[in-house]
Amino acid sequence: MNWSFLTDLLRISLHAMVPITLTAVGEIVGETAGLFNIGLEGIILISALAGALGAEAGGPMVGLLAGMLVGALISLIFSIINTYWKGDQMITGIGINLFAAGFVAFGLIKLGSPGFHSVTRTAQIAKLQTPIGSLSPMIFVALVIPFIIHWFLKRTRAGLILKAAGENPEAADVAGINVNLVRLLATTFGGVLAGLGGAYMSIAWFGSVTKDISAGRGFIALATVVFSGLNPLLALLGGFIFGFFQSLATWIKTLPSKPIPWQFVEMLPYIVTLLVVAGAIGRVRFPKELGKPYKRE
Amino acid sequence: MSRDMTETVPQKEKLVHRTLTGLNPAIESLLAAAVGLIIGAILMLVWGYNPWKAYAALLQGAYGDAYGWASSAARGVPLILTALTFSICVRAGMFNIGAEGQVYMGAVAAVAVGYFTLPAGLHLIVGLIFAMIAGAIWSLGPAILRLTRGVNEVISTIMFNWIARFLTFYMVAFVLVDPLRGEKTISIPVSARFPVLIRGTDLSWSIFAAVAFAIVIYFVLWHTVIGYEVRAAGLNPSAARYGGIKSKRTMLMAFVLGGLGAGLAGATIVMGNPPTYAIISGMPQLMNAGFDGMAVAMVGRNHPIGILIAALFFGGLTAGGRTMQFTAGVPLEMVHVVEGVIVLTMAIPELIRVFRVMRSSWDRLMSVLRRRSA
Repeated sequence: MNWSFLTDLLRISLHAMVPITLTAVGEIVGETAGLFNIGLEGIILISALAGALGAEAGGPMVGLLAGMLVGALISLIFSIINTYWKGDQMITGIGINLFAAGFVAFGLIKLGSPGFHSVTRTAQIAKLQTPIGSLSPMIFVALVIPFIIHWFLKRTRAGLILKAAGENPEAADVAGINVNLVRLLATTFGGVLAGLGGAYMSIAWFGSVTKDISAGRGFIALATVVFSGLNPLLALLGGFIFGFFQSLATWIKTLPSKPIPWQFVEMLPYIVTLLVVAGAIGRVRFPKELGKPYKRE
Repeated sequence: MSRDMTETVPQKEKLVHRTLTGLNPAIESLLAAAVGLIIGAILMLVWGYNPWKAYAALLQGAYGDAYGWASSAARGVPLILTALTFSICVRAGMFNIGAEGQVYMGAVAAVAVGYFTLPAGLHLIVGLIFAMIAGAIWSLGPAILRLTRGVNEVISTIMFNWIARFLTFYMVAFVLVDPLRGEKTISIPVSARFPVLIRGTDLSWSIFAAVAFAIVIYFVLWHTVIGYEVRAAGLNPSAARYGGIKSKRTMLMAFVLGGLGAGLAGATIVMGNPPTYAIISGMPQLMNAGFDGMAVAMVGRNHPIGILIAALFFGGLTAGGRTMQFTAGVPLEMVHVVEGVIVLTMAIPELIRVFRVMRSSWDRLMSVLRRRSA
C-alpha cells in the first residue's frame, strides 16, 4: 500500500485551513467586541479579486496588502452602519454578500474572461519546499496569528476593553470606553484578516479567481467561530478539521475507482460543519450583547 | 425573571430594525432603491460605461411595453415566493436564508413528477404539491437543528443550501437526466406545464400561483391563530411564552410555511418558464432565486403586498438588465451590485433621518443665502 496519500492529505488540509482559520480568528475579535458579521463570505470574495489585481500590478506582497485593505474597507462600511447608524447586522451582511457576488462577477467580465481569471505565475506567492511537499508560507502565518490573538484577548488591557464592549457596553461606556469606536476597530481588524484569507486563496493557493471562489468559506468560518466558543486556538483546530474534510473530498474525487459520486463528496465539509456546530452548541457562551447595536439610554 | 426582562427589550428593538416599521416604509424603500441605482451609476462611470444609456435601456426593457412588463412579472414570480419564505421567518423572529436550497429541491421534485403520466391539470397540481412538500422537507433540517440543538438558523440554512446544490447537481447529472441531451433533465410534459398567459412572452399562469400563495400567507399571518402566534413570537418571544404560545411550534410552523413557498418557487421556474421546462446543468435559472428573494422581502417590508410590488421592481431589474446588457453593453451582473447596495441601505434604520438632516441643512443653507441676497 502506498501511503504517500497521507502527506498529500496533510498538505491540502493545511492549505485549505488557511482562509478559514484567518477569517474565523478575525471574526472572533469582532464578535468579542459585539458585532456579528455574516458578510465575511462577500469580503473573502472581493478581496480574492483585489488580491489578484494587486499582485499583478505590484507583486505578491502588494496583492496581500490589497486584499487586507479591501477587507478593511468593507468591514469599515459594515461597522459604521452597525455602530454609529445602529443598523441591522444581519441585513448589512446579506447586502455585502449580494454586492460582492455581483461585483466580482462583473469585475471578471471586465477582465475579459467571464467567471474565471488566472493569476500570472510571477504574481503568485512562491511555495516553500518541505519534506511533505511544497507549502505556502502563508500556512505558517495562519499557524502563528491565532496564538498572537489569543495572547492579545486574554493577556492585554486592550483585549479586556474589547470584551467589555461585547459583554456589557453600558458599563464600558461608564468606564470611559468609546464602545462604538472599539467595535468599529475590532470588526475592521476582522475584515483585514478575512481579506488576507481571500487574497491568499487567489494568489497563493488556487492561482486564479472564480466568481464563486469563496464557496461558503465565510460561513464555514462563522461556524468555526461557534465551534471555538471565541477561542482563537480552537478556531485554528476547527479550521484544520474543515480543511481536512475539504482535502478528503478533493482526494476522493481524484481516486480512479470513483467510490462515491463527486457531488456527494463535495457535500462533506458542509455536513461536517452542521454536525460539529450541532455538537458544540450548549457548551459555548457568547458575549451577551452580541449582534445588538449599542444605544445610550 | 430579570434575565427575561433583559432579553425582552433588545429583542423588541431588533425586530423594529428588521421590519423597519418606521414612519413611512414606502418612502424608505424608494429611497433605498434610489441610493442603489445612484451608486450603481457611479460604479458604471468608474468602469467607463454610460449610466444614462444603461438605465434608459433598463427602463425600456423592463417597463417600456407590454412585453417588458410581462417579462418583468415573469422574473418576479419566483421572487414573490422566496421573499415570502424569508418574511414569514422574520415575522417569527428568525433569519431563514434557506430559500435558495429549498428552491432547488422544489424544482427537482417538479421535474421528477414529469415521469408520471396524468391528465393535464391534475398533473400540474400534483407537480406543485410535490415541489412544495420537497421545499418543506428541506426546511425541516434547519428547523429541527434550531429547535433541538439551538443551532443558529443562519449557519444551518447556508450549509443546507450548499448540500442542496450538490444534491441537485447529482440529480440533474445522473437521475433526472435527459437520455438524449445530457446537459439537462427531462423536460416536463405539456400536461404539467403552466400555460403561457400572454402569447409571445414567458409570463405564464404561474403568476396566479404566486399571488394566491401571497394571499394565503397574508390570511394565515393576520387572520388565524397560528399567524397571530408567529407574529407574537417574533415581536416579543418572552411575552408570547408567558401568554401560553408554544414558541417551538410557531418556529416550526414558520419554517415549514416558508419551505412550502420556496418549493413552489422552484416549481414555477421549471414548470412555468418557456422554452426548456427542465433544469439545465449548472442550474442557471435556479441560482440566486432564494437570495434575490431576501432583497425583495426587505424592500417589500416583509409584507405580502409590499413583496408583490417589490418583486415586480426586482423582476424588472433582471428583465431590463438583459436589455441593458444588449443595448448599452453593461454586464447583467451590475444588477446584483445595485441589489446589494439597496439591501445595505435598507439595513440603516435611521436612513430617513439621515436624509432629513441633509434636507434641513440644505434648507438652512438656502435660507442663509436668500437672506444674504435680500
